[in-house]
Amino acid sequence: MSEPFLTAEKLSVTLSRRGVLRDVSLALEKQRLVALVGPNGAGKTTLLRALAGLLPSRGTVQVGGEALSSLSLRERAKRFGYLPQGHMVHWPLPAWDIVALGRYPHGATDPGRLSALDASAVMRAMQATGVLEFSGRPATELSGGERSRVALARVLAVEAPVILADEPTASLDPGYQIEVMRNLRTAADNGALAIVVTHDLGLAARFADIVLVMQDGRLAAQGHPADALSETTLADVFRITAYRAGHENQMIIVPWTGLGPEFGPEPRPPCG
Amino acid sequence: MVTAKAAAERRTGVIVALVLLVALLTLASLGVGPVRMSPVTVVKALFGGDSEVHRVIVQEIRLPRAILGLAIGAILGLSGAALQGLLRNPLASPSLFGAPQSAAFGAVLVIALGLADVRSYALPVAAIVMAFLSVFVLLVVAGRNAGLLILILAGLAISSLAGAATALAMNLSSNPFVALEIAFWLLGSLEDRSFRHVMLALPFIVAGGAILFSQRNALRALSLGEESAQSLGVDVGALRLIVIVGVALGVGGAVAVTGSIGFIGLIAPHLMRPLVGYDPAKLLVPSALSGAALLLAADVAVRIIPSTSDIKVGVLTSLIGVPFFLYLIVRERRALGGGVA
Repeated sequence: MSEPFLTAEKLSVTLSRRGVLRDVSLALEKQRLVALVGPNGAGKTTLLRALAGLLPSRGTVQVGGEALSSLSLRERAKRFGYLPQGHMVHWPLPAWDIVALGRYPHGATDPGRLSALDASAVMRAMQATGVLEFSGRPATELSGGERSRVALARVLAVEAPVILADEPTASLDPGYQIEVMRNLRTAADNGALAIVVTHDLGLAARFADIVLVMQDGRLAAQGHPADALSETTLADVFRITAYRAGHENQMIIVPWTGLGPEFGPEPRPPCG
Repeated sequence: MVTAKAAAERRTGVIVALVLLVALLTLASLGVGPVRMSPVTVVKALFGGDSEVHRVIVQEIRLPRAILGLAIGAILGLSGAALQGLLRNPLASPSLFGAPQSAAFGAVLVIALGLADVRSYALPVAAIVMAFLSVFVLLVVAGRNAGLLILILAGLAISSLAGAATALAMNLSSNPFVALEIAFWLLGSLEDRSFRHVMLALPFIVAGGAILFSQRNALRALSLGEESAQSLGVDVGALRLIVIVGVALGVGGAVAVTGSIGFIGLIAPHLMRPLVGYDPAKLLVPSALSGAALLLAADVAVRIIPSTSDIKVGVLTSLIGVPFFLYLIVRERRALGGGVA
């Protein structure tokens, strides 16, 4: 059992007098892919931001044995690769320039003049997500799926020990959803700690080593996918039942029916 | 990267061409006026040769005007490009946000209250303070991730307020000469400026320009949005404040000696994007050069266009700038209609 690389103790965030994150404590090791799941508004994004130090919080975060609060903005940036939800690019910059911004924390501020070291990191990241062929194309001319992969490459190019990705699979077709999870899986296998927010319990169960379940700003459950996504947790937190199975030694979870009056009566199953 | 190299070469070419254009327009600015001179005569006069009359006209009358045209055009172009980068919005510009109008009010207030004469440093300082306040208030009112509509509405409100306050100062001033003096700030002009004016404005313009240019890499990172930029190590709050200070220094210093000259900051970056690309960092220098070229050209034009009385250069830039703004609105219509950009 190795030392935890990222720990949080009693992490709390209050936004407009509402406790969005309440006393979250966790300890996560490197080489893990962690899925962060929970209903809308449970505080998943807030937890990611608080871990990266992007918003003021109470409690303590330690990364690699150092207190987050003792690190400068740039030192934090070297430790956390952060992919926000929606990951907009506001100007039609070429894909290469966008990915190269991942080297910004390392002092490479001009994508046109990268050192050999920085350029090879950019190249690796673009190869991993299969976007090297688009290097020269402006982001606005790429499809939604291609843009998402460029954004992921930008985060991978940081080569940070911790990757925080907020719904990186949203708006991607199933093939690319699997690709994105594979990329993060690879990053984790290569030594990183990757925390991924997702609404797709199936992807979480299949790819993650650990699942964190959030509800109302607290951690409702955490552990191996099979334990964290137990029938009780799904009923309590998501108010659903799920179909479970196994395939190629991996766990399958498919949300099946909603529990409670807000979901209405069970529809007639489709014919055929 | 073949494409990156080609883009860099292209940008260098554009910059060289712009420098040549600015040099030519400076010569034209020195040669045009009641006494027309050929470029050769201008160069001779500039270095003290030729006749004494030519020397005085070029060195003492036209040179300050040309220097101001160049510096103010450049800082307006640079401010526009920096603001567009900061707000990630192609419709941002000092004049649409009421910064020159507010700076003009600051200068007018100093004169109307009789606090200082037209050649005192109190003038640029007051103009800078008001320019800073206007952009600061605009960003506070509009909020952090404001869309186009919100920014433009807030800018409209602030420039209307500055205009009304200036009109009030004119209303209340008992001395007709003061009212006349004030009217001058509403119509920006480069006429009859001396080296005293250059000394008044240039330090602030240079400081503002240096501050804006120093933030180029942070502006590039900001292309990814505030959250991503912050996560890459950019202190977005500090960046915002620094850019406002830079714009206020530059625009305030400029307005204090020439009155409000609008729309250069809106037009210059747009002319450059098709040539040098969209990277906010790489856009700064070309925008400054094209801003200088635009203002110098406009200032030459007002001297060539035949008219009974002098056309003010601020009037000309607005006459060209407003239709251009309308064209941009048509182009950005979809984003505007959606209310978010």
